Amino acid sequence: MKYASEFRQGRLASGLIEKIKRSSRTPVNFMEFCGSHTVSIFRYGIRQVLPETVTTLSGPGCPICVTANADLDRAIALAQIPNVIVASFGDVLRVPGSFTSLQAVRAEGADVRVIYSAMDAIKIAEDNPNKQVILLGIGFETTTPTIAASIVQAKQENLDNFSVLSWHKLTPPAMKALLDAGDVALDGLICPGHVSIITGSQAWEFIARDYGIPCVVAGFEPLDILQCIDMLVTQAENGEAKVEIAYTRGVQHEGNTVAQRLMSQVFEPCPAQWRGMGTIPDSGLKLREEFSSFDAERVFDIDPGPTREPKGCICGEVLRGVKTPIDCPLFGRTCTPESPVGACMVSSEGSCFTYHLYGGKNA
Amino acid sequence: MPETILLAHGSGGKLAHRLIEETILSDLTNPMLAQMDDSAVLDLSGRTAFTTDSYVVSPIFFPGGDIGKLAVCGTTNDLAMSGARPLYLSLSFIIEEGLPLSDLRRVLTSIHETAREAGVQIVTGDTKVVNRGSADKLYINTARIGKIAEGTNISGGNILPGDKVILSGSIGDHGIAIMSKREGLHFSTDLQSDCAPLAAMVADIIAAGATIHALRDPTRGGLATTLNELSEQSHVKIVIEEELIPLRDEVLGACEMLGFDPLYVANEGKLVAFVPPEDAETVLASMRGNRYGAQAAIIGEAVSANTPSVVMKTVLGASRLIDMLVGDLLPRIC
Repeated sequence: MKYASEFRQGRLASGLIEKIKRSSRTPVNFMEFCGSHTVSIFRYGIRQVLPETVTTLSGPGCPICVTANADLDRAIALAQIPNVIVASFGDVLRVPGSFTSLQAVRAEGADVRVIYSAMDAIKIAEDNPNKQVILLGIGFETTTPTIAASIVQAKQENLDNFSVLSWHKLTPPAMKALLDAGDVALDGLICPGHVSIITGSQAWEFIARDYGIPCVVAGFEPLDILQCIDMLVTQAENGEAKVEIAYTRGVQHEGNTVAQRLMSQVFEPCPAQWRGMGTIPDSGLKLREEFSSFDAERVFDIDPGPTREPKGCICGEVLRGVKTPIDCPLFGRTCTPESPVGACMVSSEGSCFTYHLYGGKNA
Repeated sequence: MPETILLAHGSGGKLAHRLIEETILSDLTNPMLAQMDDSAVLDLSGRTAFTTDSYVVSPIFFPGGDIGKLAVCGTTNDLAMSGARPLYLSLSFIIEEGLPLSDLRRVLTSIHETAREAGVQIVTGDTKVVNRGSADKLYINTARIGKIAEGTNISGGNILPGDKVILSGSIGDHGIAIMSKREGLHFSTDLQSDCAPLAAMVADIIAAGATIHALRDPTRGGLATTLNELSEQSHVKIVIEEELIPLRDEVLGACEMLGFDPLYVANEGKLVAFVPPEDAETVLASMRGNRYGAQAAIIGEAVSANTPSVVMKTVLGASRLIDMLVGDLLPRIC
């Protein structure tokens, strides 16, 4: 099986589109939680081929977009300490904090290095025994196990110059907070594919059960998403609410239990601040006591001072699905991918960036 | 001679002379270079094209090529895109102290072979050596002069509504081949860079008697950026079809893994031609007859519009705007 091209066949897609058009009668609002789904939906023009009865809303599923300014400010402050190397995934560098960005302090001389995997940070620490290496641990359940693995390895190697600033976030509590806030009325949830590979589809059962909202886990190819929408429409039309998987080649009910164990070996849930959504209980992950010597929060005592939010930026409402990027007065004017005001315009999976790239003002 | 490049190799003194005579000239010699004068004296008449480019790719050796081949192809191709026949090339090295001499020799051999294939003479050059850390191994600057044949008028501003868009082969091969060898991101692929001199293909198309309105090689920024440039230059809307664009499975797979859109990934051996519809099949056949154009395909057309834009029909039959590349997709790929 070819994992991409076989799921992009126009002929199969038109069959699915026809099926959705035939079965959808009641107007429905579906939310795609995940930024990668937003990108696929725009990249293939899925909104254009859906019947008028089906609306898709973009959710908060971009880890960079939801990182709070206070967290960014802390990382920027850490990067300015002498003999500190900050190891980060690329997109984070350009995200503006309250006053500056990692990219800007790097240009001024801070040692900020782009890595592609958590193990790269371990390698940097091994190669630079006289410097402190701080890995920015960012991401949902998808990336957390790899960061956890790097911390376990650092402990095994007795590395004393490696630590992690954990911004890790959990998606089900965020979805719960979004639904509890009651800002958006949803008739279905396009559940994240990569996250669900780790958590299993079981993670979404509370949404179907407690909120009566149909849930379908989707992959990222156009046929995956169309199949998911077809399954959601069927559930909605039949008055059902259950969790289904339209991505069976990747996701199982119980998920990746090895990765889950690794995560809970290293991390424990804690409250976390989400940009635009405030502090959500049990939605963050901090290092457990036995790994505290690898916790950058404890190794370094940093107070970056008060934060500042960009004026006029509606990233928060965009992340909650209450508004779309084109509702923002800054979109495409003062806020563009070249000179972003908010994080959603920086990340390649941010809603604002996606709207701008694939449709501009006509998105 | 020591086996690595020293600062003294760039000093203009004895070591510098030996480097030039024993290493550089032995590989690249021709009558004009052999004169060792301060400048090359060229006899030019008629319409002449002149272009320059600098090459800073990292790593300097990659699957399917190296910085030397890239430097010769890149500048040749820029020239060929205006329909010029490449004649003379200048070659300037900026070398980081400590570069193994064997690496320089390998690059020179590659330059020599590529220049021979492209039918171009290297007529002037320069070598500088900088402190360790002031450059990354090796940078190359080239300039090139070519002759434009009588009656040839190829320009990005000449596209007319109705023109067919012909792409000479699969996109993204170079960018992904480089990416696969970057530090920290090794992934296993058999993919080779498409780095190739395209002047012969352009000469074939011209010789086939077809009218060509515009030619462009979609390098940095990929096909998407090139089409946007052309759309603005000629003030047309360009409509392409996703299903018609040649794309290797390896590139598609790597792009999915890395989160890239292949439309924005660099090429170094592809061109896109805009030709009147009646000449499209002739140009296509001519491209396919060339070793670098076997996968050529008609991927869309230009239509009239009030505002220039590039639109792609997706596999689902929807259409979306294709914008220019924003920011930097891959650092230092050429």
